[in-house]
Amino acid sequence: MRRSALNLIGLLVAAFAVFPVVWMVSTSFKSTPEIFSGGPVPFPRDPTFAHYRTILTGDLIPGVTFVDFFVNSVLVAVATVLVSGLVALLAATAVARFRFRLRTSFLVMLLVVQMIPLEALVIPLFLMIQRLGLYDTLASLVLTYVGFSLPFAVWMLRGFVAAVPVELEEAAAIDGASRAQIFRRILLPLVAPGLAATSIFSFIVAWNELIFALTFLNDQTRYTLPVAMTFFFGRDDTAWGPVMAASTILTIPVLVFFLIVQRRMVGGLAAGALKG
Amino acid sequence: MTTLADPELKPSRPAPAARAWRRGPGRLPYLLLLPCLVVIAALLLWPLGQVVVMSLYDLDSVRQVRGDRPWPFAGLANYREILSDPFFHTVLRNTVLFALANVVLTMVLGTLVGLLLHRLGRRMASFVGGCVLLAWATPALTGTITWKWIFDDTNGLVTWLFNALPDGLSTSLFGRSDWTGYGWFNSPLSFFAILTLVVVWHSFPFIAVSVLAGLKSLPGELLEAARVDGAGPWRSFWSVTFPLLRPVFGILVVLSTIWDFKVFTQQYVLAGGTQDRPTFMLSIYSYATAFSPPPKYGLGATVAVVLTVILLVVTGFYVRSLLKQEEL
Repeated sequence: MRRSALNLIGLLVAAFAVFPVVWMVSTSFKSTPEIFSGGPVPFPRDPTFAHYRTILTGDLIPGVTFVDFFVNSVLVAVATVLVSGLVALLAATAVARFRFRLRTSFLVMLLVVQMIPLEALVIPLFLMIQRLGLYDTLASLVLTYVGFSLPFAVWMLRGFVAAVPVELEEAAAIDGASRAQIFRRILLPLVAPGLAATSIFSFIVAWNELIFALTFLNDQTRYTLPVAMTFFFGRDDTAWGPVMAASTILTIPVLVFFLIVQRRMVGGLAAGALKG
Repeated sequence: MTTLADPELKPSRPAPAARAWRRGPGRLPYLLLLPCLVVIAALLLWPLGQVVVMSLYDLDSVRQVRGDRPWPFAGLANYREILSDPFFHTVLRNTVLFALANVVLTMVLGTLVGLLLHRLGRRMASFVGGCVLLAWATPALTGTITWKWIFDDTNGLVTWLFNALPDGLSTSLFGRSDWTGYGWFNSPLSFFAILTLVVVWHSFPFIAVSVLAGLKSLPGELLEAARVDGAGPWRSFWSVTFPLLRPVFGILVVLSTIWDFKVFTQQYVLAGGTQDRPTFMLSIYSYATAFSPPPKYGLGATVAVVLTVILLVVTGFYVRSLLKQEEL
């Protein structure tokens, strides 16, 4: 196919992929009359922050604003990333660097548990959270999300650890480095992009999750952003300005996180290390 | 000099044997795995067993869930109840058809976009790739809310576009010219069409990026050789690319199947909660049964077990074929 035809198809794909995001952001900056006039105007004629002001300053319930929900979500996501990243790195190192008896069984189990539909676990985990006395706490969500992000995080990190050439570690070992040193000085820096990618995955799991947060939280002041969104905005279908402003705020951390790491993932770090 | 006495250094002396991490692993790998195993056992495997147990009981109050009240054993009554319920068959049919359509569409679109990204020039590829990544990165929740706004029945873009059609054309094609107030989500068929659009939009980027990564890992000479031998794009895809990337495609198909079988967020948001019963699929049906008043935790767990069994069967086939053809 001609290059120009390919480029045209590429632009169409890009437009399809990016359109809802553009539409969300642009609606959030349109004045209410402009939103109601409809029409495919991709950018606001007269940009306004009115919807953001409504969202950020208005109390959704007495004493609680959107910012409080944002903070709840950040706490949950960061705690999930830290715990899940650490546990996953240890396990990934074990499978990528050692041959041990139960290694294959572990990998198969990792594959199988990834296929467990988490939606099917809402009811038993609701029971577990109730009995642990964690119902209506953010900790219940951190616990749940670590469990959910872990199998894929290990699976993903295992590839990154395996991609670090063993020769580098062997060279270090010949030079007299201990296992701890090899881990810290050689493996960790080289696997850092993989760890970042994995963290992003865990972050997104925690940040976006709706069904468990919907089930485990009762007190409205503890709501995470997704629950707050469905609870406070899902019912009033006409206030699209504030809804899109809130959606933009929820979406942007995810997009930024993605873009930061995406660049670092592209370069073949390990290959560079061998050549250099 | 302590060098000679240092036990850490000794094993590295015979250089050829220095397999960095592998000098007598002992218990170390198991220790490294321990936290991971505990988490998986407690948060995935235990609940998986528990959901089966719960499906065998009549549970209709939170007190029973907390363990403050006894659990009346129901045997297989819950299973008999749903299997004889015609509504459950509707739910099952919805789920299977939806998953099938979405897996096929996602795989085809994702693979085509992956191949496209591979062929595009460097700058164009990173532009298109960036846009595609944005769709991937967008949370299911806000992406769906935005699509719902696009299909809003008064001021939504789609309603506006249909209103902008010439009246005569619109009437002869669809039998109406005024689309304001048209409920895009009212009929199950158009609801599922929009849900498919939302889900495919959200999941094709992952396929595209994974296929692209696979393509980049292929030795260029092979495709070059196929081209020299006169193979067109269709032939070289099926004869060279696809066989080499078969494990990648296998994983992607299974992951898509799993994801599309249990779509929840998109449906919950598009339907505005758990009221739209005709469009129920297994995961939302299970959730609504368990948590919408009056709560029926046992019956909800039964539906969850059915969903899990279906997916574990898919997984079983997949793992078996993976073990046959590939070393983990």
